[in-house]
Amino acid sequence: MTKTPHISVQHLNVHIGNQHILNDININIPDKKVTSIIGPSGCGKTTLLRSFNRLLDNTPGVSITGKVLVDGEDIYDPKAEVTHIRKKMGLLSQRPYPLPMSIYDNVAYGPRIHGIRKKQELDQLVEEQLKATGLWNEVKDRLNASATRLSIGQQQRLCLARGLAVSPEIILGDESTSALDPVSTSIIEDLFISLKEKYSIVLVTHILRQARRVSDYIVFVYGGKIIEFGPTEDVLLNPKEELTREYVKGYIS
Amino acid sequence: MQIRILKDKILSKLMLVFTLASVSLLLIIGIGLYVHSIPILEKSSWGTLVTSSIWKPLKGLFGFYPFIMGTLWVTGIAIVIALPLCLLTALFVVEYAHAGIRRVLVPFINLLSGIPPVIFGVWGVLFIIPLIQNYIAPHFVEFSTGYSVLAGGIVLAVMIFPLIVSIISEVLNTIPQELKDASLSLGATKWETIKKIVLRKALPGIIAAVVLAISRAFGETIAVLMVCGNNAVVPHSVFDPGYPLPALIANNYGEMLSIPLYDSALMFAALLLFIIILLFNIISRLILARLERKLTS
Repeated sequence: MTKTPHISVQHLNVHIGNQHILNDININIPDKKVTSIIGPSGCGKTTLLRSFNRLLDNTPGVSITGKVLVDGEDIYDPKAEVTHIRKKMGLLSQRPYPLPMSIYDNVAYGPRIHGIRKKQELDQLVEEQLKATGLWNEVKDRLNASATRLSIGQQQRLCLARGLAVSPEIILGDESTSALDPVSTSIIEDLFISLKEKYSIVLVTHILRQARRVSDYIVFVYGGKIIEFGPTEDVLLNPKEELTREYVKGYIS
Repeated sequence: MQIRILKDKILSKLMLVFTLASVSLLLIIGIGLYVHSIPILEKSSWGTLVTSSIWKPLKGLFGFYPFIMGTLWVTGIAIVIALPLCLLTALFVVEYAHAGIRRVLVPFINLLSGIPPVIFGVWGVLFIIPLIQNYIAPHFVEFSTGYSVLAGGIVLAVMIFPLIVSIISEVLNTIPQELKDASLSLGATKWETIKKIVLRKALPGIIAAVVLAISRAFGETIAVLMVCGNNAVVPHSVFDPGYPLPALIANNYGEMLSIPLYDSALMFAALLLFIIILLFNIISRLILARLERKLTS
């Protein structure tokens, strides 16, 4: 890769209390691809994901060293402006958390915060993002209804639309389908695949089948370290490391 | 086996009986107050008693309007002063304070609620009254003794402070971190997140806290009667003295009972207080239910 990747992690160490959660992480996340972080629970994969948009800052007792470069800018630089960094990334959490407002306002929330006031402009944005997530036809007649009225799968797509509305460059998914039924899961997975044309996508998942279906690259994390990183087929089918092989075969979980 | 099932049945019935007993207590108190108010109600109508401002017990004239207004003024001032302070305190404790500070702060706030009301009354007389008389009132009115509905409101505000803070803090604690993260991850600042998401989500809980605090404030007696002047006129400004219903009852019960109908008048005052609190609670429940419906529809 010649140009700077969107996300480049250098010597990242994370401690929470006296636990060493992430140990010397170095990785360049490929642009415009889907990269899945896999690994057993408690291995640090969610922590790694959350270090990308500094949501880790809110964890009590956390200390972070090393660099996370987003578009060449170190986000842990004391001078870095955190809202500006977070705006570059849409986050899709484990369960949908619609904001306590209408469907329309959920999508318009981010753009409004960043200064878009004109109704026409907002209308257009909302429609665009709801279409991008395949929700438009389902909700266009009840945009002013509360978002909590939607089904859980619809809520998750709404949360995705909400994240896309601030025009991020990166989408972060933290086991985003773990609360969803199979149909909603496959809709979200298809969305990830189609969205990688415009966004760099990083997913955390513990479902290997999902990692295989959706991702171009796989990062295998174990015990706070990156064990293996490479194209999906290579890591899952011909792992170089013994630990990866055992995990992929299901011996360790 | 039979004994286990029998035990289960007896206990559940017993709980029902106790629950009904405590609920019926409310009814019994209401009826009791009403029965004792009948002598005065036979002499004058509800309407005149509630709307008349003339309080001349020796001539048999009992107008409760000043007392009702005194109660509303003192409680209203208290809540206007307390609510913003409580909201900011709760937000600081829950959202901003470090764990260490929180551990020190919360017991201190709760300690306030353990202080006997009479001490708040003395504090009001020693500090609040001179403060109002010498420093606040001169900017607004020609003369005030300091004994005023404002003094009552300030003392009361301090007394309901821990209650409101602790309820609002609990409500704030129930708001999931993930919801806040959702807003933060869109690039919102902490304050934007609090203003647009946290407070919005917490609104029904905040209202419930205020309702509880007001219900308590209506009935607060000793500390208020020590500082609010106890003058049976309708207050027209915050620097006027007032005479809330609980103070009327506490000051006179057992003392002025040689005056005809006075006994019944005090019972009627108690009934009025009872009705005010009951009505207030019913209305606020209705508002709360509507609000919750609106938030989820």
